[in-house]
Amino acid sequence: MIIHHPILGPRDAQEFVYLGDASLINRPDGLTAGVEAFYDYLYNRGNPAGEHRELWYHEQGDRSWLVVTRNTVTHEIIKVELARDVAKAAGRTK
Amino acid sequence: MAEPLHALTALGQTIPYTKEIGPYRIIERFDVALASLATRKGRDGEVRAAAAKAGLPLPDPARAASGNPYSAFWVAPDMWMVEADFATHEDIAALLKPLFGEAASITEQTDAWVRFDITAGNLAPLLERLSNVDFPAVPDGYASRTVIEHIGCYLIRRDIGSVVLYGPRSSAKSLFHALEVTARSLL
Repeated sequence: MIIHHPILGPRDAQEFVYLGDASLINRPDGLTAGVEAFYDYLYNRGNPAGEHRELWYHEQGDRSWLVVTRNTVTHEIIKVELARDVAKAAGRTK
Repeated sequence: MAEPLHALTALGQTIPYTKEIGPYRIIERFDVALASLATRKGRDGEVRAAAAKAGLPLPDPARAASGNPYSAFWVAPDMWMVEADFATHEDIAALLKPLFGEAASITEQTDAWVRFDITAGNLAPLLERLSNVDFPAVPDGYASRTVIEHIGCYLIRRDIGSVVLYGPRSSAKSLFHALEVTARSLL
């Protein structure tokens, strides 16, 4: 599988480490959002047959975190973004 | 008089090691000081201005650039590895810190890495067996992290017959072994 890194171009998926669902970026505040929201964040994951947004880490490359949108049925990669750009676009400051 | 203390090279010798295998020449380099330089958040402009003043190139992603007294290669977004002559810049981090002040984070890296320079007429047959970098296709000045025999390394292409490898110093002998065995297999 080839991942088209937004900075470095096509790179072998072997260089990456897979973390999981990209919703992990959106951690709720454990003190104000309530225990249910945090429980949901920590334990509940969708398992879609189709498009899935995932976190990949370019460990044997530039060490950047990526958000990869992938079709879990066809393995087609639809979109690759830097996770920090995704977080910034969602209003995160760090 | 007591014998002065001598630093050992990454391969455990008192002098750097050079090995010739057919057309391949593997040279351990012991004369380069290294430091990593990372831009702090929102301080990009200041870092670029200070670097330009100090004669320190900050190359684009996946590139290396030579300069005087400093050379550099890109390692990550907003981060570079800086190289300088060991004889004049042994304490490279302390020399760089005043240039950038609070705008960048600088970490000494000299003794974390082993450097091998490899030369031959054409390095493609050797490197296509060692790493997934498409060595003949990438341009001169290309720099990338890659994996050689399960060891994470930095690879810098000078030209088709010249490459610089930085590997973790603690795996220096394993990396050298991988280079030696692969070169031998090509004879």
